[in-house]
Amino acid sequence: MYRRHVLSALALTLVVASCGKESTPPAPKTEGAKEAETLVVKIGSASPLTGPQAHIGIDIRNGVQLGIDDANAAGVEIGGRKLKLELIAEDDEANPTKATTVAQKLVDAKVSGVVGHFNSGASIPASKIYADAGIPQISPGSTNPKYTQQGFKTTFRLVANDDQQGPALARFAVGKLHAKNIAVIDDSTAYGQGLADTFEATAKAEKANIVAREHTTDKDTDFKAILTKIKGQKPDLIMFGGIDPQAAPMAKQMEELGIKAKFIGGDGIQTPNFIQLAGKSAEGVMASIPGLPKDQMPGGKQFMEKYKAKFNTEVQLFAPMGYDAVMVFVDAMKRAGSTEPDKVLAEVARTQYQGVIGPIAFDDKGDLKNSPLTIYGVKDGKWVPLETIVSGATAAATPQTSVADKK
Amino acid sequence: MDIFLQQLINGLVLGSIYALVALGYTMVYGILGLINFAHGDIVMIGALVTLAVAQALAASGLPAPVVLILAMLAATFVCVTLGVTIERVAYRPLRRAPRLAPLITAIGVSILLQYSAALIWGKQYISMPALITPTQIVLGGAQLTDLQAYIFLLACAVMAGLLWLIKASRAGRAMRATEQNPEVAGLMGIDVNHVISYTFFLGSAIGALAGVMVVLYYGLGHYFMGFMLGLKAFTAAVLGGIGNVAGAMLGGLLLGVIESLASGYIGDLTGGVFGSNYRDVFAFLVLVLVLVLRPSGLMGQRTADRA
Repeated sequence: MYRRHVLSALALTLVVASCGKESTPPAPKTEGAKEAETLVVKIGSASPLTGPQAHIGIDIRNGVQLGIDDANAAGVEIGGRKLKLELIAEDDEANPTKATTVAQKLVDAKVSGVVGHFNSGASIPASKIYADAGIPQISPGSTNPKYTQQGFKTTFRLVANDDQQGPALARFAVGKLHAKNIAVIDDSTAYGQGLADTFEATAKAEKANIVAREHTTDKDTDFKAILTKIKGQKPDLIMFGGIDPQAAPMAKQMEELGIKAKFIGGDGIQTPNFIQLAGKSAEGVMASIPGLPKDQMPGGKQFMEKYKAKFNTEVQLFAPMGYDAVMVFVDAMKRAGSTEPDKVLAEVARTQYQGVIGPIAFDDKGDLKNSPLTIYGVKDGKWVPLETIVSGATAAATPQTSVADKK
Repeated sequence: MDIFLQQLINGLVLGSIYALVALGYTMVYGILGLINFAHGDIVMIGALVTLAVAQALAASGLPAPVVLILAMLAATFVCVTLGVTIERVAYRPLRRAPRLAPLITAIGVSILLQYSAALIWGKQYISMPALITPTQIVLGGAQLTDLQAYIFLLACAVMAGLLWLIKASRAGRAMRATEQNPEVAGLMGIDVNHVISYTFFLGSAIGALAGVMVVLYYGLGHYFMGFMLGLKAFTAAVLGGIGNVAGAMLGGLLLGVIESLASGYIGDLTGGVFGSNYRDVFAFLVLVLVLVLRPSGLMGQRTADRA
């Protein structure tokens, strides 16, 4: 009898204790405190901080943090007051539903701008919430064209979109790699499927033969069945629209099944993490990214050094875009002379800024004007740029064509 | 035709893993009438321990087979300890409780294991250091690796061993007696608690082996991998007849083959309407069909006579 009371009391205590825990503490409100001296402005960052894509999300958050630190150190003044930026970083777990929760959270925290999200599948639903609140949203990595085509004035991005990336990849595959029979796989997300669709459309237009179109999910790790089916169609190239946690086992399983085709993907697979997970099977894999090779970006080398010094790890993918997003916000605030979201929004649309990634200006939809694309290949366990495509025209980066002939 | 053979081989290897995990579910259900939802996560813990040990020892210069064996031993030890402890702490006190209570407890233990793993190892995918490079074998137009062959053969050996154990040994006889009627078995001088602990011991050891195989086969592990695997293995156990050890083996292999063939041919069969991303749907469609059409499973159910 007595034991039951003790146990239920213990259980009750545990329940009460776990209820009281908040996931993130509310942002400190120091706005009124030092009004004469500092102007505290909150910048939101939304990306997957946990889960299989966490390395990319944390990379973006680090870039944003670096941007905020540099902006604070530069001592910018808005309307006579010193600007102090604060980061509110949220985890959207690459999940569209969680992304909308995160968006609402950031809006309620009264951020002046959002750098996010990473996944197109997260950016698109979240953009409605930011648009309704009038908060400018700069995505450092979402490439699905739909993101800027919704008619919102608040959506911007610092990367090329898949209407450019897919066709560029297809033209590279058919033109440079001379692929005739192509198998296409996507991970059923907004990004993966979108990229695969635009790739397939252009490949067909370039007279390539699409021998298979398969789908998987962004949680799967067993592709043997799909790859076996594709093997029967004898493709000379397999294109995967998806992210590196899936692409790596896919590359490995391709090798295990003895598929001799080349493997090519979009920006989602162009990370050091892909090479780490895929090991030897990564050799010869190619990927496109919407941007310049990092060491060819105007501010690239210094950025990579600063990043390494601060975070003691390599840049994964979109950290420079995260950094530049913060700088674009600060630049817009300077020109607006205010931190009110609607004034900042108007100035962001008129941005003409020289960032780490190069010249930044947005078109009327929010897409980046002059968005170059680079095709990379894995050579000797490292990503090496093969070709840079500048707004339609193709220019070889540095003669590194041996990767394409490797397999 | 050689794609069919290839899909079949893929399915059999996948099925061996499902079969090994399904054994854990079926043995526990046979004796206790409990669906041990935590079993999939015990397999996951085994997989992650293997990864941790392999990563720790990869740079030490020990030969690959030694690292592998050490990792397997570590995984087995951790899983067995966990399995027996969970039985003692979470299920034994509820032995006389209505069926729902241990079921919910099992779900709770499953969540506990998942998030403990997430706390210890983080939520990202962890990769296996390249210890063995699989060599290709060509078999009648299909290609398999020696790793796949080992997995299949080892799984068959374990299953055969377990069947022999249950049929021919004293411990097996005690298990069968307890399965039939625990109270009378107790009257006959069998220590029922001991037998139940032994069942969990066996199930967890085999589960640890399955975890090692998963990690070797896919080269990846993460904290949530036990959920889907457990669900499918449970489906396999039901397919073969829950409580029936031979049924679990058959069910596992069959489910693996069904999933592999479905994944490969579903696009063609439905004219592109359903792609291969519906393959999980197929596995659970099998579960629904079995429960509706033949609830006792393919080989017939076997549970305790509980008064």
